[in-house]
Amino acid sequence: MNLEELKKIREKAQRDLQLRQKQARIRIVVGMGTSGIAAGAREVLKTFLEEIGRRGLTDVVVTQTGEKGLASREPIVEVYEENKPVIIYGNINSEKAKRIVVEHVVNGNPVTEFAIEAI
Amino acid sequence: MERDEIIKKFSPSLDNILFILHALQDNNPQNYLSKDDIRVCAEYLNVPYSYVHSVASFYTMFSLKPRGRNIIRLCDSPPCHLMGSGSLLEYLKESLNINVGETTEDGFFTLELTSCLGVCGVAPAMMINDEMFGNLTPEKVNAILDMRRKS
Amino acid sequence: MNLVRNHILISIDSSTIMAGARAVERAFVDELLNRGLQDEVSVLETGSLGLINRGVVLVVYPEGVIYADVTTKDVPEIVEEHILKGRFVERLVVKEMPKQHVIKREKTGLLKEQPRIVLRNSGIINPESIDEYIATGGYEAASKIINEMKPEEVIEEVKRSGLTGRGGAAFSTGMKWDFARRAKGDVKYIICNADEGEPGTFKDRLILEGDPHKLLEGMLIAGYAVGAQYGYIYIRGEYVLSIERLEKAIKDAEALGLLGENIFGSGFSYHVSIKKGAGAYVCGEETALIESLEGKRGHPRSKPPYPVTEGLWGKPTVINNVETLANIPEIMRNGASWFRGYGTEKCPGTKVYTIIGHVATPGLIEAEMGTTLRDIIFEYGGGIKNGKKFKCALVGGAAGAFLGPDMLDVNMDFVSLREYSAVLGSGAILVMDEDTNIVEMLKNVLHFFRHESCGHCVPCRLGTAQLVKIIDRVADSKGKREDIDKLLRISEVMRDTSFCPLGQSLYLPISSTLKYFRDEMLSMI
Repeated sequence: MNLEELKKIREKAQRDLQLRQKQARIRIVVGMGTSGIAAGAREVLKTFLEEIGRRGLTDVVVTQTGEKGLASREPIVEVYEENKPVIIYGNINSEKAKRIVVEHVVNGNPVTEFAIEAI
Repeated sequence: MERDEIIKKFSPSLDNILFILHALQDNNPQNYLSKDDIRVCAEYLNVPYSYVHSVASFYTMFSLKPRGRNIIRLCDSPPCHLMGSGSLLEYLKESLNINVGETTEDGFFTLELTSCLGVCGVAPAMMINDEMFGNLTPEKVNAILDMRRKS
Repeated sequence: MNLVRNHILISIDSSTIMAGARAVERAFVDELLNRGLQDEVSVLETGSLGLINRGVVLVVYPEGVIYADVTTKDVPEIVEEHILKGRFVERLVVKEMPKQHVIKREKTGLLKEQPRIVLRNSGIINPESIDEYIATGGYEAASKIINEMKPEEVIEEVKRSGLTGRGGAAFSTGMKWDFARRAKGDVKYIICNADEGEPGTFKDRLILEGDPHKLLEGMLIAGYAVGAQYGYIYIRGEYVLSIERLEKAIKDAEALGLLGENIFGSGFSYHVSIKKGAGAYVCGEETALIESLEGKRGHPRSKPPYPVTEGLWGKPTVINNVETLANIPEIMRNGASWFRGYGTEKCPGTKVYTIIGHVATPGLIEAEMGTTLRDIIFEYGGGIKNGKKFKCALVGGAAGAFLGPDMLDVNMDFVSLREYSAVLGSGAILVMDEDTNIVEMLKNVLHFFRHESCGHCVPCRLGTAQLVKIIDRVADSKGKREDIDKLLRISEVMRDTSFCPLGQSLYLPISSTLKYFRDEMLSMI
């Protein structure tokens, strides 16, 4: 590994990320730090994967990230869509996740009552 | 797994002693370090039995007496205390019918207290084996225990 | 497998329930069941749609048509016309909708803009993907340094940045590195202290779990600057997820040649491994940590010699906290003067604070050094929970001081707090409201110290036991007046004679409790 090679890896990683974002109409990111998991994030992540799979939505990607520092709002879920504000949902559980899939992911209407911020 | 197989994953160097003890304890169905566990570790690291015993007894995550299948470790640090861990402790003692440090008759649960678990933002919190639970209430604790009993 | 093609969302709020929303919901379920459509059409409850006094309100997707004033009698018609034939039931359709999708902005300030240096990636990138870290410019600083800079230049830059240890001791990081670099010896070590055990602190965990490669890059730079061949990360045994993610991170970095032999073809070799603790608060003290890492009981060593000359296995050793090391890649990437643009003259940079206890929104922020306690609690933490009054905050963990309302406007940094005989410590801020029983809190703190005293030295071993006896007595309303001063006297002796900071630091919570709450304690007598 030298500087050139690292640069190549970075460029490829950036391209891959962009490509993945383009292929995915919607990206759902679940906060999977220990606080999130302690508040039930594993169950939420599982629900998203199940609901997305059950509907055969191939243009939706579900991924994980670490903790942001919003412990009291865990589990945290963010929904990224191109050309739209990122919606941050707080205190999500399985039931709420199902509604986010139906209303936001499938039908394009953010579930305002669960949202804590739009960036 | 046999003890010999487990310890062979680590090189016989003294700085691996905590790794080895963790692995032996995790492998023991009664969740503790038996005399055999300590002896195997001592022989492998080529140190006296008493040395391994003294190290094992220093650290709170190791137990020298048999424990249940599920180790409940309720956080008792100031943040969790402030958010009500005291009443949860009473609840746990009552519903499990044991005191801190004891194991239920069916061998399912051992109740322990622990120092800060580092999830103070979702206090009060507890760990069961390797799993963390936060924002606890008596109802939630009840549901978690029920799930553990079934699994 | 049938795919759901329609969703019927029934608005459930106090006014629609009164109008019979539940009955309509049941009617839909029955109607769909009768027609065998239960797998294709799902019925769900939703919150208020913002229509008031319009009876039962529902929305049918994918068209997003909103119906109001729906009764059970309308249900078969909606299913027949809309769901099966795709024709809207016009007489019930709501054409003018109130403004929708206005997101209530979170009242808390936890989402307020923060200068995030060490937490730049935590909660944003996938911590299990080295590619994502590299895509954000990760390992770029390390590669430049190892290829283009001399170790001495790196140390100079870190010194110029004014970075000090974020574990609580606040010693200059650049100086520490310099001492170890100059120390005699062929073998040198870097240890990352990830034995985060100070009650109320979880800042390091966010980095370990959320951005493990940043820590590895910081350790790599430290190793190059000091001339070390080996790095160890000592993580407390309870941090299961941190250990998992770091193990993966180390493997991925080794696979790319970012750790291991001949890094970047420079001839510099550096190996990092993890050591797992087993539950001992005292091991957060650096020499006790070294003992534990060597495979012994975690008793502190006497200093001097300091670890920079005689540390792990008697070799020169740098021990840095996780947060300290996570600052390094950013400092080296952006330069010391950039870093000095944050914080105060004497304490540059940011600090990660954990805000917990009786605040509206407990959590964690990264703010500039010198932010006031008032801003941290009221701006970021959302103020006191349930509109109660602020009583005090325990700042710096269990080994910290209780600070009352008169300290709200003091700047939170290592130097300013020292002037008030307080400490910033790990940055933990435990907030208590007016109803908090201070004797119970102090009792909890003292019990904690008795449990964690390692027993190595007499003042701490016996002192903590005596303190617990006295505070238990006072909490039981069986204490005597002189007990209050006895607490203080014992802790003074412990401060002056204990072997390590564990016993020495108890004076702080006790003296500060008495400063603010002597009367409350006396009222228990």
